[in-house]
Amino acid sequence: MSAIDASATPSPAVSEAPARPATGLSATLGHARYVVTENPVTGFAFALFAVILLAAILGPALAPYDPLASDTAAALQPPSAAHWFGTDQVGRDIFSRVLVATRLDLVIAVSSVALVFALGGFAGICAGFYGGWTDRLISRVSDTIMAFPLFVLAMGIVAALGNTVTNIVIATAIVNFPLYQRIARAEANVRRDAGFVQAARLTGNSEMRILLCQILPNIMPIMAVQMSLTMGYAILNAAGLSFIGLGVKPPTPEWGIMVAEGAGYIISGEWWIALFPGLALMISVFCFNLLGDGLRDIIDPQRRT
Amino acid sequence: MTALLDVKALTVEFATRRGTVQAVKTVDLEVAKGETVGIVGESGSGKSVTSYAVMRILDRAGRIAGGSVAFSGLDLKGATEAQMTDIRGREISMIFQNPRMALNPIRKVGRQIEDVLRRHAQAGSMDARAKAIEMLEQVKIARPEERYHAYPFELSGGMCQRIVIALALACRPQLLIADEPTTGLDVTTQKAVMDLVTELTRARGMSTILITHDLGLAAAYCDKVVVMKKGEVVETAAARDVFAAPKHDYTQKLMCATPRPGSTLRGLLPAEVAAAPNPPAAVSGEVLLKVQNLVKEYPRQGVTKSGAQMFGRGAAQEPEKPFRAVDGISFEIRRGESLGLVGESGCGKSTTSMMVMRLLDPTSGNITLGGDDIGAIQAKSFASSPHRRRIQMVFQDPTDSLNPRFTASRAIADPLMRMGALKGAGAVRARCEQLANLVGLPLDLLDRFPHQMSGGQKARVGIARAIALDPELVILDEPTAALDVSVQAVVLNLLDDLKAKLGMSYLFVSHDLHVVRLLCDRVIVMRQGAIVEQGSSQDVLEAPKADYTRELISAIPHPPG
Repeated sequence: MSAIDASATPSPAVSEAPARPATGLSATLGHARYVVTENPVTGFAFALFAVILLAAILGPALAPYDPLASDTAAALQPPSAAHWFGTDQVGRDIFSRVLVATRLDLVIAVSSVALVFALGGFAGICAGFYGGWTDRLISRVSDTIMAFPLFVLAMGIVAALGNTVTNIVIATAIVNFPLYQRIARAEANVRRDAGFVQAARLTGNSEMRILLCQILPNIMPIMAVQMSLTMGYAILNAAGLSFIGLGVKPPTPEWGIMVAEGAGYIISGEWWIALFPGLALMISVFCFNLLGDGLRDIIDPQRRT
Repeated sequence: MTALLDVKALTVEFATRRGTVQAVKTVDLEVAKGETVGIVGESGSGKSVTSYAVMRILDRAGRIAGGSVAFSGLDLKGATEAQMTDIRGREISMIFQNPRMALNPIRKVGRQIEDVLRRHAQAGSMDARAKAIEMLEQVKIARPEERYHAYPFELSGGMCQRIVIALALACRPQLLIADEPTTGLDVTTQKAVMDLVTELTRARGMSTILITHDLGLAAAYCDKVVVMKKGEVVETAAARDVFAAPKHDYTQKLMCATPRPGSTLRGLLPAEVAAAPNPPAAVSGEVLLKVQNLVKEYPRQGVTKSGAQMFGRGAAQEPEKPFRAVDGISFEIRRGESLGLVGESGCGKSTTSMMVMRLLDPTSGNITLGGDDIGAIQAKSFASSPHRRRIQMVFQDPTDSLNPRFTASRAIADPLMRMGALKGAGAVRARCEQLANLVGLPLDLLDRFPHQMSGGQKARVGIARAIALDPELVILDEPTAALDVSVQAVVLNLLDDLKAKLGMSYLFVSHDLHVVRLLCDRVIVMRQGAIVEQGSSQDVLEAPKADYTRELISAIPHPPG
């Protein structure tokens, strides 16, 4: 009988390996290694992410100068061996400030993305899976949020709730809510009547269990991509809020504030004050966008052959 | 007579992650003018790829690695893309498997026919409309002027396929390639569509390549048959000869695996693996499932569900009567018996099985399982009912019914963990392995994901999951419809063995009377929500009383002998 089964492989292009596939952790690791090495761009993104992560964890320990200590004697110095990125108007070392700021910017981005994933993702799956009034209610909340210019809405939330890191996180999460809700809703909706969902009903799973154990893992790939993409956006949002004075307060090192502070000096020739924090911002957003594609490859079981 | 299409030593390669794969290996194919050639084979045999190579519509990973393709003297392999666009549609055209996917959903069907005519300069802006309507008439679409303005979603599957045929034949091509043109259509529709294709192509002296997995269809409509296996041609002969005296082992295996009148369940398997026949299952007199006057109504279009609820059972106040998908049917299944439920799409057989399965609430009627009125329990809360484990189901599409992110063992363990009394991962795993042995699934496949398994293996996982809790009644919803005939033969035999071993009852839902007959003691034929005929499978097939049953039986093509 096995001979007959062997002749029934779906198509030659996806015929399976005769060897037994590795399982569990080793398979996941093996696949991760494959993804990183197969696509050099993804490998590069992961390396960049590792650097950013290291900077966030070890930043304060690695910084050559105290990021808050001013030294008016050395103000507005261009990049040099002593000050790699130069110094600002009160003589603070820009390299140290850019390095130390990584942690704050990353924390804001990660926590807001985690929050919006939990809230928006769950609301979206419920809307797509249950339909009816649940769907209408949740989708109208999303529509309401989308009716505002998003950055203005974030500004309003922070202005109303107060200038704290927590409020920046909340504002960024609320602004991204419709994105997550809509994607999760669409993905859950197409799987609502899939065979495996019916099968799960037959095996005695409650609706909530089906939602969490059957549907959720299936929409994780697309959510992971979305998370990585919004991560970049969340960093930009936080920096943007700080740039217009509605975020982190000076003198705390933060990329957005630093760009704002340096902006006035560009015209007088001191380009380095705004350039380096801006570059840090750009590179991290770029990194998260590239990471999105890489993550999808790891999680997507269709590509794990 | 020179051949219209002459394919010599065609080899097609696909670039994959694991290097190049040869999907088609040195295939020779010759189609004479006016001839109908059938390419027959199971999935993965390269039959579709061969035709794509001829049309030069292989996807990016594929390329013609060797051989030659000549079409009335013209070298298609070396033709430029511009030449090919002229040939496609005007000289060679194609009918695809899923007619709905082949049509543009937001363009009127008449317009789509006009597009083809204009593209190949067969009509100008003045006469395009008239020609399109004439084509609709030729494919026997009633009221063509009206249907000219229809969108694909307004037409049935059979009608859509007629439109696709009209599109393919509009420019009077010399060769028509039909790639599984009737898969997914009902048998009576299949017959109508195939008869139409034959009539039109014969009238125009066209050649046809019919690609199919169905030997019966090839036997009924082809002059010559090419049998393919794993990218190679194993046999080429006149259709009559192939079916009368298949030379190659593979052809013989395919022939015997195809259910037809007179074949037995064990007879479907190749002689070397066929086991002794099962002792007839002990059907006791005790009634297991009793269905009485089961009705399912749906509100007509325009009356939304919530709207009806808002106006307090408002359906009764609506002037239009609700649509009755299932119209008061009653039947019984005894312990150890298997009952076949046969009918074409839309006859209410799936709705009936969903209600018996308690995934759907009936509008009225009773469902009793072994004395317990399970129809009274709401479908919503049935998942937590102790009766849930007594009825299980094997789904139509083994791929769709397995969660792509669960391994096989996780899928089989799901019912055990939800409803079983087993404690601990070790006990669950042991039971999974026991079930895998029972359904003949190699143990090393238990840790694979669905996409790493073949169709037959996935079907086994689905069956193992259904029988995990020793259910009393298993509903089989076309369990072999998505499988190749040889795999179907194995799965049908497996299901029969399991029934004898475990003493379950089956409700077998299918559109194919010949398959139902093999597995079932009794058959119910449904049409438009009502039972047309019921009786022992022998009687219904050999001496059908209702006209509809006769029509259904005669529409099934089967290889002679």
